[in-house]
Amino acid sequence: MKKVWPILVVDDEEVMCESMAAWLREDGYRVDTAPNGQKGLELAKSTDYAICFIDLKMPGGMDGIETMMEIHRIRSEASVIIITAYATVDTAIQAMKEGAQEYIVKPCHPQEISMLVSRILKLKKLQSENAILRKKISRQYRHRDIITKNPRMEEILTLTRDIASLRSTVLICGESGTGKELIARAIHYSGERAEKRFVSVSCAALTETLLESELFGHEKGAFTGAEGQTKGKFELADGGTIFLDEIGDISQKLQADLLRVLQERRFYRVGGTEEVSVDVRVIAATHKKLAEEVRLGHFRDDLYYRLNVIEIRIPPLRDRREDIPLLAEHFVEHIASELGKDIAGISADALKALIDYDWPGNVRELQNVIERAIVTSHNGTLVESDFAWLHQRGSSAQNWEVPDVSLADLERRAIIAVLERKGGNVKDAAASLGIDRSTLYDKLKRYEIAH
Amino acid sequence: MKTVCVVAIGSVSGQVLEWVESAAAEWCPWPTRQLPALELPTGSYDAKRGQYESVEFMKTVARCKPNDAARILGVTEVDLAIPMLTFVFGQAQLDGPVAVLSLCRLRQEFYGLPGAESLLRERVVKETLHELGHTFGLTHCGEAKCVMSLATHIGLVDNKEDRYCARCGAQLVRRFASPDGDS
Repeated sequence: MKKVWPILVVDDEEVMCESMAAWLREDGYRVDTAPNGQKGLELAKSTDYAICFIDLKMPGGMDGIETMMEIHRIRSEASVIIITAYATVDTAIQAMKEGAQEYIVKPCHPQEISMLVSRILKLKKLQSENAILRKKISRQYRHRDIITKNPRMEEILTLTRDIASLRSTVLICGESGTGKELIARAIHYSGERAEKRFVSVSCAALTETLLESELFGHEKGAFTGAEGQTKGKFELADGGTIFLDEIGDISQKLQADLLRVLQERRFYRVGGTEEVSVDVRVIAATHKKLAEEVRLGHFRDDLYYRLNVIEIRIPPLRDRREDIPLLAEHFVEHIASELGKDIAGISADALKALIDYDWPGNVRELQNVIERAIVTSHNGTLVESDFAWLHQRGSSAQNWEVPDVSLADLERRAIIAVLERKGGNVKDAAASLGIDRSTLYDKLKRYEIAH
Repeated sequence: MKTVCVVAIGSVSGQVLEWVESAAAEWCPWPTRQLPALELPTGSYDAKRGQYESVEFMKTVARCKPNDAARILGVTEVDLAIPMLTFVFGQAQLDGPVAVLSLCRLRQEFYGLPGAESLLRERVVKETLHELGHTFGLTHCGEAKCVMSLATHIGLVDNKEDRYCARCGAQLVRRFASPDGDS
C-alpha cells in the first residue's frame, strides 16, 4: 500500500484550491487547502506536509514567497512548488533562490504536474529510507555498543570520542578479531563526517594492480577490461572516511602512492592525467607490528609516521578477560534472537570455560564459538558441555608452533611482544618475562630494541 | 430503490449517453436511468482559455441530483479544465456521488483526425468506469492497464483496458457489499 503523503495547496482563489485538491486526491494524496499564507502556516504547524503548492500572488497579508519562507522555518523538509499565472524569469529566480523546489506556470499540462509530484515524492521516499538506514548504521556503531569494562579499552573509547571530529590519520593496531574496524566505524560515526561515507578496503585481499585501481579508480582503457571511467575508494569516500585494513600488507609502490595522497590529498586515477582532489580522513589498521616492519625495511618509515599520527592499540581478548562474560552474554542475546532460538543465557560453568580459554582469534572467535554453541544446543541455557569441543583445540600455548628461527631471534621477538603488550613498561615486561629489570635492559641493548 | 443517474450537460448524442449508462450498469449494483438534459452552467466559460470550468459543472450536476440517485454522472461535449491544468478528461468527487465527463478530448476530431465511433465508444466506457471508480473511493492505480490508472493524455486512455484490475475490482466489490456502499 502506498504511503499517503500530505500535500498543502495555498491559493486565495477558492476554485483553484478546490479543483487542485480534488485532482490530487484522485491520485491518492491527502490534501489540505488554505485561502491565504497565514492559514497555510497554521496548517503546516500541525501537519508535516511533503509538498506545498503556493500561489505566488495573494492579495493582502503574506505573498507566496513569504509564505514559503515561513513554512520552511518550521518545516525545512517540505518541498515548495510556487504557482504563478505569469512566467517571468525574475520571479522564477527569486522563488528558487528563496528555497522553492519547483516553479510552475498555470495552467500546466496534467502530465507535467503528475510527473513533478511523483518525482519529488520518489526523492523524499529515498531520502527517508536513507535517513533510516543511516540512523540504523550509526546506532550499530555507537561507542556505547562497544562492550567493555576493561580500563585500557575504556581509555581507547575516550580517545576515539576525543579524536572523532579531527581529520588526523589514525593507525589502529591489534590482533585479528579484536574489532579494529568496529573502532574505526565508531570514530567515523561519532564525528562530523558521519553523514558522509565510511569506505572500507581490505588491502590484503587484492593484488597490487587491483588494489591500485580499487583505491584510486581508473580511466577508460587504463587496462584490459577497463570499459569506462571508475571512481576509486578514495573518491567514493570524499568528505568521509576511508578505512584501510591490513595496511602492513601493501606493496612498496602503493606505499609511495599512498604517502603522496596523505601528503597532498590529491592523486591520479590509473591511466589518468588529471589530478583528483579529495577530503578524506584515513584510518588504517594492521595486525602486524608496523614499527618492526619499518625496522626490517618492509614498510616506509615516512608513511609509517604519516599514518601513525594517532595510534590506538587494541588489547587482545586474553588481556581483558573481564570482558568475556559481558561479550558472551551480549552475543547470546543477539545471536539467539537472530536465529530465532530460545536461549535464556549462559551458565556459570560455561562462562568459566570461556574465561579460561586463550582466544587466539579474539572477539570474532568468541562470537563464532557462541553462534556454534547456540546452533547445536538443545537446552534453554548454554552449559559447559556446549563448549566441550573448545578444549579440544587446546590453549594457544599447547598449540604453539615454534617458528624456524634462532633462539636469539626468538628471544628478541618475545621481548618485543611482551614490551608491546605492557605498553612499553620495562618493569612490567621484566616481571612477565621472569627476569629482573637490569637483565632486560641488557637484552634490549644487545638486541637493539627501542623502547 | 437507489439508482445511478446519467445527465447530459448541453447537447450530447443519445447514443453516447447510452454507452455511459450501459458501462455504469455493468458495474453498479443499482438500476440506471437518464435525467433530462441540463443547460451549460452560466459563467463557467473562460473566454481567454476557450474552455469551461469543470468545478462549475460538478456543482450544477450536484444540484440536480435526485434523492434516489446513489451516483450521478454528468456528460458534456465541451472542453473542461481546472485553473491549474490545461484540461481534464473528467472530474469526480472522491468517495462522493458526483462526477462529470467531457467528450471533447475523447473525440479523434479534437486531434485533427477523422471521427471513429468504435474508438470513441471505448474511450467513453473507460472514462465512465474511471470517474465512477473515484466516486466509490478508488484512487489512481499503478497498473497501466487498469481503467483506474492516471491518463494525462489520450494515448494513455487508449493504452488502458475497459476494466478494473483485480485489486481495484475487489475494492469496488467490497465497497458495494459494505453497509454504506450506496452512500
